[in-house]
Amino acid sequence: MDKILRIDMGAKGGPQFKVEALGAYAGLGGRAMTSSVVAQEVPPLCHPLGAENKLVIAPGMLSGTSASMSGRISVGCKSPLTGGIKEANSGGQGAQVLARLGYAAVILEGKPEGDDLYKILINKDGVKIEKDNSLKMLPNYDLVDTLKKIHGDKITCISIGPAGEMKLGAASIAITDIEVRPSRHAGRGGVGAVMGSKRVKVIILDDTGLKNREPKDPEKFRAANKKFVEGLTTHSVTGQALPAYGTNVLTNIINEAGGYPSYNFREGQFAGASKISGETFADIETKRGGSATHPCHRGCVIRCSGTYVDKDGNYLTKQPEYETVWAHGGNCGIDDPDAIAQIDFLDDNIGLDTIEMGATIGVAMQAGLAKFGDAAAAIELVKEVGKGTPLGKILGSGAGVTGKVFGVEKVPVVKNQALPAYDPRAIQGIGVTYATSPMGADHTAGYAIATNILKSGGYVDPLKTEGQVELSRNLQIATTAIDSTGMCLFIAFAVLDQPDTFQALIDLLNAFYGWSLTGDDVTALGKKVLKIERDFNAKAGFTKEQDRLPRFFSTDPVSPHNITFQVKDSELDSVFNW
Amino acid sequence: MKITVKLFATLRRGRFDRETMEPSDSSRVIDIVRLLEIPEQEAAIIFINSRHAEFDTVLHEGDTLAIFPPVGGG
Ligand code: SF4
Repeated sequence: MDKILRIDMGAKGGPQFKVEALGAYAGLGGRAMTSSVVAQEVPPLCHPLGAENKLVIAPGMLSGTSASMSGRISVGCKSPLTGGIKEANSGGQGAQVLARLGYAAVILEGKPEGDDLYKILINKDGVKIEKDNSLKMLPNYDLVDTLKKIHGDKITCISIGPAGEMKLGAASIAITDIEVRPSRHAGRGGVGAVMGSKRVKVIILDDTGLKNREPKDPEKFRAANKKFVEGLTTHSVTGQALPAYGTNVLTNIINEAGGYPSYNFREGQFAGASKISGETFADIETKRGGSATHPCHRGCVIRCSGTYVDKDGNYLTKQPEYETVWAHGGNCGIDDPDAIAQIDFLDDNIGLDTIEMGATIGVAMQAGLAKFGDAAAAIELVKEVGKGTPLGKILGSGAGVTGKVFGVEKVPVVKNQALPAYDPRAIQGIGVTYATSPMGADHTAGYAIATNILKSGGYVDPLKTEGQVELSRNLQIATTAIDSTGMCLFIAFAVLDQPDTFQALIDLLNAFYGWSLTGDDVTALGKKVLKIERDFNAKAGFTKEQDRLPRFFSTDPVSPHNITFQVKDSELDSVFNW
Repeated sequence: MKITVKLFATLRRGRFDRETMEPSDSSRVIDIVRLLEIPEQEAAIIFINSRHAEFDTVLHEGDTLAIFPPVGGG
C-alpha cells in the first residue's frame, strides 16, 4: 500500500492513468484517506457530477494484512445527495484485495466526453482501462456473471448498476463478497452516481499471486491479533449475538424501546416487528438451508451476515441488514420477510442504497403512490427505478426529492440524506448524530444506540437530553478513527467494553507500521478527520442551520413515549467544540 | 398480579417467546429472572412498558416485561 493510482477519465485521447508515491497522504487509510484527498483536491463548490469532483476508493490502514476484521473499504467524494463531503463504507473483498495489490487509494478524476462506458482492470501486472459498451445498463449481478466468464472467478468487482449510470442520488457502489456476489454496498450519499458520471462501470481487481502485507514487527503483530480475536470471540455481542442473528437482532429491541420508526416515522412501534425480526430471519434461513452466520470478507471472525434463500433453497440475497429490513419493512408497514429480501436483492442489483430507497418508498406511500403495507406495490416502485422511467428517476433521487415532487411535508432527511432505523425522538442521542454528522443522517457516524439502548459502553437514558451531546461527540470521534483503520465498526462493541481489546487494536497498528501510538493519538486522528470534513462542508456552503433535524421531530410527538426531539440547537452547535 | 413476559434471541431457547405470568404482588424483575433460570449476566437489557428497568424494579399489574441478552448491531 505504498502507491496511489490516479485515473484521469477525461484525458484527451481517452482515459490515462499514473501511479504515484503516497507523498503527503502517507500513513492514511480508509476515511482519513478519502476525506483528506477530497478536502485537498476537490473544489468544495464544484458540481458533484462534474469533472472537478473525484471518487476516492481507499482500503483501511490495516486492510490486506492478516489482522482480523480489517477488510472495510471507504469510498469518498463530494456527495450528489448531500452536497457535502462523503465517506461511504463497505465490506466485501474490495479492501483486502486492493490493499494486497499495493494501492492505498484509487482516485477517479475528470470525466470523458460522450457516453462510452469503461471497465478498469487491476492485477499484479498493472492497470488496463478498456471501453466496453456491452456492459451498459447491466444490473450488478448480471454484470458480475458476465465478467466472471471473461476474467475468471477469482476476481473482486467494484461496480455500479443502472442507478449509478443514471447518476441517481440513491445510487450505490457494489463490492463483491467472498462468493463473488455484488451484495455489499458503499450505499450512502449517491457515491454510485459519481462513479457513473466518470463513466466507469466496474473496477475489476485480481490479487492472484500476491501476498498479505507484511508488518514491521511480525511477532508483535501476531500476538496483538491473537488478543484482538480473543476479545472479539469472547465478548457476548461480537462473539454470540452478532454471529447468531446478525444486525437484525435489533428489530425487536428497538421496537420494544419505542424507537422503531413505522409508517414513515409516524409511530414508534410496529405491530408486525416480530414477523421481520432477526430471530425470524435466522429461523427461515436455517430451515430453508441458507445460513445465519457468514463473513462478508475473508478474515472476519464476527460473521454477522448470512445467506437468505427462497422456499426452494435457491439464493435470493444476503441476509438483509437491520436498517434494510426496517427501511423496506416497518417503515413502509410491510411485515413479509420474503418481500423484504426480494427488495434487498433488487436494490443491490439496480445499485441502490437500501436505507435511502426504503425511506423514499415510505415518503411515496405517505404521498399516496401506494398504500402502507402493500409489498407488491413497493416492489413495483423499486423496479421503476431500475427501468429508469420518469417516476423511477424521481424515486431513485432519494427521499428529499421525492418529498418535494409529491408535496410531502414530513420527509425524514438531514442534509438531504434519509434517516435510518432509529427514531431520534425516542432515542435522543442518535438524533444528535443525525443532525450534526458531516455525512448527513447516518447512524454509523456516532452510534448512540449502543449506549442509549444496548447498554454498551455505559448507559445514557435515551428519553432525556442529558449526556447526549457528549455521547455523540465521543462516538463520532471514535468512529471516524475506526473507519480509517479498515476495521469493521462492529468491533466497537468489544473495544468500548474491554480496554484490553482496544489496546490490542492499537498494538496492531503499532506493530504493523512501527509506530508508538497511544489511545490519545487515535482520538486525535478522529478529531482531525472530522475537522477536515466540517471545513469542506463549510466551504461548500453548510452552516449550523443544516445541523438540524426536520422540523416535525420537534413538533410531532411520537408514540409510545409521546416525546419530541428535545436537544437544543445551541447544544447541537457544541458537538464539535472539544 | 398478571404480567406479560417477552424473551428474545438466545433467551428463547428452552423457554418461550411470550407468556402471561402471575407472580406475587410486588415482585421485582430479578424474581422473574431467577424463576426463569436466566443467568443474571444474560439478562442484559430489560424493559418494562418500553422503558429501561433494573433488576430491583418492582413490577405492577398489567406490566409488559421484556428481557434481552447482550445484543448489538447497526
Ligand atoms: S462483522 Fe459483519 S459487516 Fe463486519 S466485517 Fe464481519 S460480516 Fe462484514
